[in-house]
Amino acid sequence: MEKFWADFTKKFTMAFVTGDRWKLYLRGMGTTLELTACALVIGVILGVLVAVIRSAHDQQRLGKRNFALGVLNVLCKIYTTVIRGTPMLVQLLIWGFIIFKTSRNRFFVGMLGLGINSGAYVAEIVRGGLMSVDAGQSEAGRSLGLDYVDTMRFIIVPQAFKNILPALGNEFIVLFKDTSLVSAIGAAEVLYYAEAVGSKTYEYMFPYIGTAVMYLVFCIILTWLQGMLERRLRQSDRR
Amino acid sequence: MIDVKNLTKSFGDHLVLHNISEHIHPGEKVVVIGPSGSGKSTFLRCLNLLETPTSGSITFEGQEITDPKADINAIRRQMGMVFQHFNLFPNMTIRKNITLAPVRTKLMSQAEADETAITLLKRVGLEEKADAYPAQLSGGQKQRIAIVRALAMKPKLMLFDEPTSALDPEMVGEVLAVMKELAHEGMTMVVVTHEMGFAREVGTRVLFMDEGKILEQNEPHAFFANPKEQRTIDFLSKVL
Repeated sequence: MEKFWADFTKKFTMAFVTGDRWKLYLRGMGTTLELTACALVIGVILGVLVAVIRSAHDQQRLGKRNFALGVLNVLCKIYTTVIRGTPMLVQLLIWGFIIFKTSRNRFFVGMLGLGINSGAYVAEIVRGGLMSVDAGQSEAGRSLGLDYVDTMRFIIVPQAFKNILPALGNEFIVLFKDTSLVSAIGAAEVLYYAEAVGSKTYEYMFPYIGTAVMYLVFCIILTWLQGMLERRLRQSDRR
Repeated sequence: MIDVKNLTKSFGDHLVLHNISEHIHPGEKVVVIGPSGSGKSTFLRCLNLLETPTSGSITFEGQEITDPKADINAIRRQMGMVFQHFNLFPNMTIRKNITLAPVRTKLMSQAEADETAITLLKRVGLEEKADAYPAQLSGGQKQRIAIVRALAMKPKLMLFDEPTSALDPEMVGEVLAVMKELAHEGMTMVVVTHEMGFAREVGTRVLFMDEGKILEQNEPHAFFANPKEQRTIDFLSKVL
């Protein structure tokens, strides 16, 4: 038993304390959070854009089809199909080692890969949200003489936003965890440092478990925040 | 005011409106009745192009609205519409529900729209609800607000799509009262309804629709007193 504890302490010290290695994990976690935030921004912008194009196309009146919108719609469909139909890791490897193989800014490449991936999922979430608003709402807006853009902006989008918040929160948490995949293309996030420490000390258990614990803590916090936000929104429903 | 020529509408293989031609004159109160599935709501929704006709033309005050180049938003501003399920915007206060369209379409400034909203709300006895949200109102109140919302655009014509069908029986009266008042003021109205009393009392003309056609029409007293078609007689014997 005593031998176990001695071993435990030694390995723990090696993984986190020696040479201030704990700072590496923190720096890595910082990068992970930055990656998540940047990718989320790209994902939301792309996703909303795609969702609006897709639903604008689907809602056109018969005999008044817009050709440019048709082309954009096909492009959006290809985008969501390809991204959602291939594994994230494969996409990242293609971004990192084929498209941007000469780029040394691994953070940027990882951010782009994650953001473009997330956009496809956000697009489907937003599109679902727009469709979840009763058709009568849009009919009422249009029958008052409001144009499509105003109807979306003042009537449909605010209601859709409330409906999609839970799904969007989940997507955010998934994205946060998926940032660990960019270590495969050499972006210096938390798992990348954990592996660096492991390969230097020949001891992987503590670096890996430490990483897992850090992710878990952040996910619990995020889930809790999400729950708080949803409860607040639900309250305003009962007004 | 509205001229409908050879209007046909089908959803896929299902023919809903079959070659309808009809004219609605200013000041008329046209009541459309008929069994469910007869196409009366679709007919009404074609008039402001919420449904796109499969063929035929509709002209509103000399402007062909079925022309693909027509500015449909500008035309809809002149036609109010009231829905069976009210369709108030739940994310806005009553005041905002009423003023959104006049302000956004630059018909009025926010101040003018607010004033119009209060005047109209007073008329239907709901001025104290201006800052409430739709979820806090009863069905009858919601429908009265929906009528006010449409009126705030100062339309030349009002379309009513079964405005009392989703209401509790005791709330039907308050909504019909508002509609009657509107009729007395000379508003041109097209009303799809199951309220035969309203048709008789307020309507200037009753259209009976069945299977996508206008089967019979007449001035209300004559219509209810001696219907001519067998189908009309059968229908009236069931609802009266």
